[in-house]
Amino acid sequence: MLEISGRLPGTIDEARRSMEICNACRYCEGFCPVFPAMELRRAFSDSDLTYLANLCHNCKGCYHACQYAPPHEWGINLPRTFAELRAETYEDHAWPAGFGRVFRRNGFWVSMVTALSLGLVMVLTMALQEEATLYGNHRGPGAFYAVIPYGVMVTLGGLTFGWAAVAMALGAWSFWRAAGGGPVRWAALKAALADAGRTRHLGGGGDGCNDVDEGFTPARRHLHLATMWGFLLCFAATSAATVMDHILGWQAPYSWYSLPVMLGTIGGIGLVAGTAGLFAIKFKTDRAPEATHHWGMDLGLLGLLHFTALTGLALLFFRHTSAMGMLLAIHLGFVLALFVTLPYGKMVHGLYRLLALMRHHNEQP
Amino acid sequence: MDAADRPYDVLVAGGGNAALTAAITAAERGAKVLVAEAAPKAMRGGNSRHTRNLRTAHEAPTDVLTESYLVEEYLDDLIRVTGGKTNEHLARITIEESAQMPAWMHERGVRFQRALGGTLSLGRTNPFFLGGGKALMNAYYRTAERLGVDVIYDAEVTGLEIEDGHFTAARLRHRGFETRIEARAFIAAAGGFQANLDWMEEAWGPGARNFIIRGTPYAKGTVLRLLLDEGFEAVSEADQCHAIALDARGPKFDGGISTRLDAVPFSIVVNREAERFYDEGEDFWPKRYAIWGRLVAKQPDQIAYAIIDAKAEDLFLPPLYPPMRAETIEGLAEALGLDPAKLRATVDAYNAACMADGPFDTTIHDGRATSGLTPDKTNWARPINRPPFIGFPLRPGITFTYLGVKVTEDAAAVIGGKPASNIYAAGEIMAGNVLGQGYLAGIGMTIGSVFGRRAGQGAARHAGN
Repeated sequence: MLEISGRLPGTIDEARRSMEICNACRYCEGFCPVFPAMELRRAFSDSDLTYLANLCHNCKGCYHACQYAPPHEWGINLPRTFAELRAETYEDHAWPAGFGRVFRRNGFWVSMVTALSLGLVMVLTMALQEEATLYGNHRGPGAFYAVIPYGVMVTLGGLTFGWAAVAMALGAWSFWRAAGGGPVRWAALKAALADAGRTRHLGGGGDGCNDVDEGFTPARRHLHLATMWGFLLCFAATSAATVMDHILGWQAPYSWYSLPVMLGTIGGIGLVAGTAGLFAIKFKTDRAPEATHHWGMDLGLLGLLHFTALTGLALLFFRHTSAMGMLLAIHLGFVLALFVTLPYGKMVHGLYRLLALMRHHNEQP
Repeated sequence: MDAADRPYDVLVAGGGNAALTAAITAAERGAKVLVAEAAPKAMRGGNSRHTRNLRTAHEAPTDVLTESYLVEEYLDDLIRVTGGKTNEHLARITIEESAQMPAWMHERGVRFQRALGGTLSLGRTNPFFLGGGKALMNAYYRTAERLGVDVIYDAEVTGLEIEDGHFTAARLRHRGFETRIEARAFIAAAGGFQANLDWMEEAWGPGARNFIIRGTPYAKGTVLRLLLDEGFEAVSEADQCHAIALDARGPKFDGGISTRLDAVPFSIVVNREAERFYDEGEDFWPKRYAIWGRLVAKQPDQIAYAIIDAKAEDLFLPPLYPPMRAETIEGLAEALGLDPAKLRATVDAYNAACMADGPFDTTIHDGRATSGLTPDKTNWARPINRPPFIGFPLRPGITFTYLGVKVTEDAAAVIGGKPASNIYAAGEIMAGNVLGQGYLAGIGMTIGSVFGRRAGQGAARHAGN
């Protein structure tokens, strides 16, 4: 396996060794649900380790508190080991199976897809559209479709998003079975959604994460909340606009006070600020507990979300100017890249984390 | 003269709980403080990095403690475990002030875990640090730095300039270079000498080479020896220490909690000659684990073997190292390097003596005792007869030594029958004042906290702050 970058040999064995030492220590049991879940076990199967790694929220409290962290001869580094194992989870449960390999050099692939998608949309728009139309001023219902035709937008968006939805659902089912999920229970789902909605376990047992060093701060939790809810609000905005446009027949663009624009503006600001903050933390943080060879995956998604939101806000502000045509092409280029890479990038972490939380609530006495 | 050039008011030797408690206390009173920690930054914190809780008196339940644990009960516990070898005046001060410590610690950034089941069921007496002792030390170092305390790592105190019991300066070896630091007061909080195997050998004989040192390899006792050589009065004895029985396969130093083995009450423990030597079922393990280090240390080659059968395997926390297993007692004896016939005889004699009826119950003293053995096993005795048979090798694991410098209630070290004018001691280096022998879980951290604070107060007062 050594010739393959991004997948280290023996990660699962390292995770098992770590859990065996941790289970004899248990000092970290107040930080997060990983340790109480660990304490329910005396031995750790591959399935247990997959589950525990995805239950880990990477707050890094256990690394900075660890009496066995490097340079101790045992060299326990749970956040990094679990991050590496999570990347293997993403690869192993990707659909179709062969596509999982993109997780080994995920930053590269996300960048390539983004560049291609931006290039494709912009070049095609410029090549196929009259200059006068592209750089013209468009107002009123259907203004966007003057630049990029309705049929093209709906077909491309529908196909890529539909594919992403199917791929992620199949990946989630595969993960749930591999992690020994058991029956799907409403109570567990509800509890898991409540945890995820508040990113409760980025609280590190009370005072937050070890964002940068051994000090606790709530910054990462807040920034992640902004990013997650920003994304969900933007998703809600897009859904609302889809219904209004394609079902009710009220064509975009919409006014500042319409539902899609209000949701999208708030969500977009959350996304821009949240992703920028998370990006900044990455560059300040102590790298010892980080799986830095997977940073391409983390930064790829942060960058993609950031620029999708930023170009969306720019489009909103300048939609009545002659810049609208190019801004629309750029924004849709980012959106296309986001849709294409959804099942093959860091976004899957949210799904697997939610499922791991569900399993946790299933088994917790 | 600006602050940077001002000489230090207080020099603290050591970098664990007592040292940082003293440094923070003195700095809060305006003293300019230097902490000299012998370990590198990544391994700072002395033995405190391996701790998890402190024993605390309290009158009513708190958010981190259940029920109540009154001063008198605490004192009775201490007198019982030490067999009266305690300075009762200092013990009472330690216990009374222990009640203030959780709040004091919380105000200085330490976080406690909510009362859980935990490892040792100590929820009534001992609040647990969230994340354990290293997290505690991280919080203290941040607080100290915020207060302007200077900390140098890789800095071992190698010499003290003391005249008529008055400290003037210390010599330090810092990253291989000698340096001299003057200060108005000195706080010795540099721990015991358990990591100094030559000194351990003086106290215990050559068998000390077989001991495992559970904590920091930096506790060489250098400062303790310097003070004793200067004529400071000693307390306790060189062979008194906190010692538990742990897995013989653990690391020589710094293995901490994880190599502990909780099988003893459900086992028979034999020595190299395959003979039993102590009542394994005398009491619950949390009340007995701290005597088994000494028991094993007194056996030939300082080794023992806990032996159980398949019935007992899930009765205790999973051990770190996989045990030896065999389908027969003889096979297990061979795997452990014991004489098969002798072990067979010991197990047969034990099984034949397991006469008691009544339910086997690990939650109470179930009274299932052997009869007619020397020694008898007085609780949880069941025949060892269901394969596979399972064995663990045990060694003495030394937590910390009790030989220390005598102190007053102000934590001042005593020389010539009088407190020194500007020399204080806190933590393991003086724990022997309160703990002449025996142990009570979490009291080491309590002594370090209470006397750390008193040493910091005294040193700051002396320095005129």
